[in-house]
Amino acid sequence: MNFIDNPKKLRGFEKNIKVEKVSRRSILKGLGITGGFVLAAPVMSRQAFAYETGAGKMPHGVVVDPRVFVAVAPDGTVTILAHRAEMGTGVRTSLPLIVAEEMEADWARVKVEQAHGDEVKFGNQDTDGSRSTRHYLMPMRQIGASARTMLEQAAAKRWGVPATEVKAVNHEVVHSATSRKLGFGELAADAAKEPVPSIEGLKLKDPKDFRYLGKGQIGIVDLHDITTGKARYGADVRLPGMKYAVIARPPVTGGKLVSFDPDAALKVPGVEKVMQVRGWPWPSKFQPLGGVAVIARNTGAAIKGRDALKLTWDDGANGKYDSVAYRKELEEASRKPGLVVRQEGDAEAALKGADKVVVGEYYLPHLAHVSMEPPVAVADVKGDKAEIWAPVQSPGGTREDVAKTLDIPEGNVTVNVTLLGGGFGRKSKCDFALEAALLSKELGVPVKVQWTREDDVRHDFLHTVSVERIEAGLDKSGKVIAWRHRSVAPSIGSTFAADAKHQAPFELGMGLVDMPFEIANISCENPEAAAFTRIGWFRSVSNIPRAFAVQSMVGEIAHATGRDQKETLLALIGSPRIVKPAVKDMWNYGEPLDSYPIDTARLRKVVELVAEKGEWGRQVPKGHGLGIAVHRSFVSYIATIVEVAVDDKGKLTVPRVDTAIDCGTYVNPERIASQIEGAAIMGLSLAKYGEITFKDGKVQQKNFDDFQVLRIDESPAVTNVYIVPPGPDTPPSGVGEPGVPPFAPALMNAIFAATGKRIRSLPLGKQLEA
Amino acid sequence: MIKVKINGQEQSWDGDPDLPLLWFLRDEAGLTGTKFGCGQALCGACTVIVDKEAVRACITSINDVAGREITTIEGLHPNGDHPVQKAWRQVNVPQCGFCQAGQIMQAAALLMDNPKPSHDQIREAMSGNICRCGCYQRIENAVHLASTGV
Ligand code: FES
Ligand code: FES
Repeated sequence: MNFIDNPKKLRGFEKNIKVEKVSRRSILKGLGITGGFVLAAPVMSRQAFAYETGAGKMPHGVVVDPRVFVAVAPDGTVTILAHRAEMGTGVRTSLPLIVAEEMEADWARVKVEQAHGDEVKFGNQDTDGSRSTRHYLMPMRQIGASARTMLEQAAAKRWGVPATEVKAVNHEVVHSATSRKLGFGELAADAAKEPVPSIEGLKLKDPKDFRYLGKGQIGIVDLHDITTGKARYGADVRLPGMKYAVIARPPVTGGKLVSFDPDAALKVPGVEKVMQVRGWPWPSKFQPLGGVAVIARNTGAAIKGRDALKLTWDDGANGKYDSVAYRKELEEASRKPGLVVRQEGDAEAALKGADKVVVGEYYLPHLAHVSMEPPVAVADVKGDKAEIWAPVQSPGGTREDVAKTLDIPEGNVTVNVTLLGGGFGRKSKCDFALEAALLSKELGVPVKVQWTREDDVRHDFLHTVSVERIEAGLDKSGKVIAWRHRSVAPSIGSTFAADAKHQAPFELGMGLVDMPFEIANISCENPEAAAFTRIGWFRSVSNIPRAFAVQSMVGEIAHATGRDQKETLLALIGSPRIVKPAVKDMWNYGEPLDSYPIDTARLRKVVELVAEKGEWGRQVPKGHGLGIAVHRSFVSYIATIVEVAVDDKGKLTVPRVDTAIDCGTYVNPERIASQIEGAAIMGLSLAKYGEITFKDGKVQQKNFDDFQVLRIDESPAVTNVYIVPPGPDTPPSGVGEPGVPPFAPALMNAIFAATGKRIRSLPLGKQLEA
Repeated sequence: MIKVKINGQEQSWDGDPDLPLLWFLRDEAGLTGTKFGCGQALCGACTVIVDKEAVRACITSINDVAGREITTIEGLHPNGDHPVQKAWRQVNVPQCGFCQAGQIMQAAALLMDNPKPSHDQIREAMSGNICRCGCYQRIENAVHLASTGV
């Protein structure tokens, strides 16, 4: 623990920890990403945990040390560092809340400071994969418990009594035998001198004594600042002498600048300079695309200048990318055998012998993230030192990439993490921060690079495009005896390596090979697909097309057999059991299958809970329909019921959504509800409108007019969220992403119930109007 | 020289008269509470109140508001306790928060015009403001709460 008068100093605290060099930066091992350090010292040890997570395997692992995360000032103010990025999930509140809970700090006297990017010091900071609570519930409890123990020891010494006789209670330490009390502030200096207790000997609080964890309404720490305009996002950083830059990038991924004429741009009032930005050959991981930057005294002038540039590009090899033609290719590939990634029994023979085969070919186009805050970053590069201010999900990775790009030591790079105006995976890729760094280096002054919405839509790392083809073989009784699922989609690996034609284990593990149904003959296949643009993580990733296909197919089977959707779903899930798919390199969201098995009892439970609370089977008016879907992702279990109403003109409204989530042990139910409500909006948004298309290699959409997202007047009238109470010792699991995947299939099953129309191609668009 | 009054303070500008108000506010006046989300009047993130009307600052030039009175999120209430702001906190509306200044300004303008809007009127009036995080249910509830007394 730190005894300090100024919590800002937390940033500068040095720790004497030995580091060991290992080559591990990413789950994309073998895709050309190397480098990084892993702490040799205080990482998690198995004995200390009731369950094991994959946290220790992340780059730089986990740091459990109160001296790094907690400071107590003499006035009693407790400062807790948030080392993960806040993009709307509430993590900047919930992780510090866990520390406060265990250390018996009074939340009203806690301040939260944002950690800069330094994974050696703070442990892994990649805020993605819905794993912040999953990986940090226990470490944050241990940090809090260590701090509490140190405060208790300091008080016991002061009073000359055994430490076992004192107890921290709500911001003070109490010796009840003598009714003595000392506030945290009074003990801070002494506590800082106490040794940090070993993790093994730590006494954690009994969950029944929790004041905050798992309880109701804790508002986010930034609530007041957000509602008064004081919250600081990437775009809100202003430095003395800072210039504003807007960049024209190659319209086709991998294209190159041939020539440019800056004259008209230079005539725009406020424009000061036009210069080239270095680009990297494709695929280049997160390196900038290159182009021409217009530097101005404000963003408005820079945008106007950029629009006035005369540019000639060489489109390169991706100039032929055409979404209509590419879709045909994917469909054809899905109709032929592909690389078998899971095989049980003999699906081919069973399909041949089946009484009936239900076939569905499901299409999901590219999606753009369009987080409300377009990419933006500020850089100040002086000599061999760089300081960055940016809304990045991966401050550690950004630091590494800035160092590499500028060819300076990583230790010379400081990455300050601002609030993120949404992320959804886009801001895991730091190309915008690298652009700012390159420009600042060349200009010698601080530079802000602002992406316009058009830049964002046209140069995203898009969600992949996919065809999912499922064939289900039924016997005479209507039981499903064969299941063949072919998934064809360019891999995120293509952003790292040109030859990545098959999906990586982490993509296959998202709803393809982990399919939980109890079926005797299963074949999951992955035919090849090449990429012609930048593909990246989008909230829920491959789970979106997979859940759409699998759960729509459940609806199709229900229809083919004349049975109820929910009963069909439960019959397919089968008996309560642990599913062990016959898969080599089974990827389980980075988690060990022991602590996070595929548990059909939990899957059934969310279906039953949502059916009960959401009144499955209720009478609905004419033109209305109910649809249900369930999906396990990010090791959480989520089921959704959607009610739709479709009028005679084909206009769709959503009167009600019900969602049940089992995310194990949880921290802040208020934020879980807000994430699930938001997931319903994003799910409806992508199902109704989401589509990025290419022609001649160029994205055809540009802004919210042609890449539409859901607005309030079309949003569900009501979304109800039910959280399954955790069993004892149930490990925490994901919340940010799992709400999205079941939405689209539940919606399409509901549309089918209402209209008899089966929608297999997203987005819905005008399909109901036909 | 263009003169405007922003949150009660006189400001002047002698640069490009076509400069969108949004960039004047953010980059020249340092009022970064007003956000950039689309630049084309499609998302509402840049909403400010000009006299008594909600206006998209991204497509309004500084020249267009010469001599007018502009209120931004920073000036909505001296302590941040406008009924809409209070309702927003009570309902825990924001996720990432980036759209919220625009939402709050739009809601404040709506209530000036129609102090007791119905749910349908709320949905209609707020439909120009996108929230990519999907806080719509809470936005609707918060506007309703603000209109009925926080
Ligand atoms: S930025 Fe003005 S409406 Fe979107
Ligand atoms: S809260 Fe994130 S965009 Fe509205």
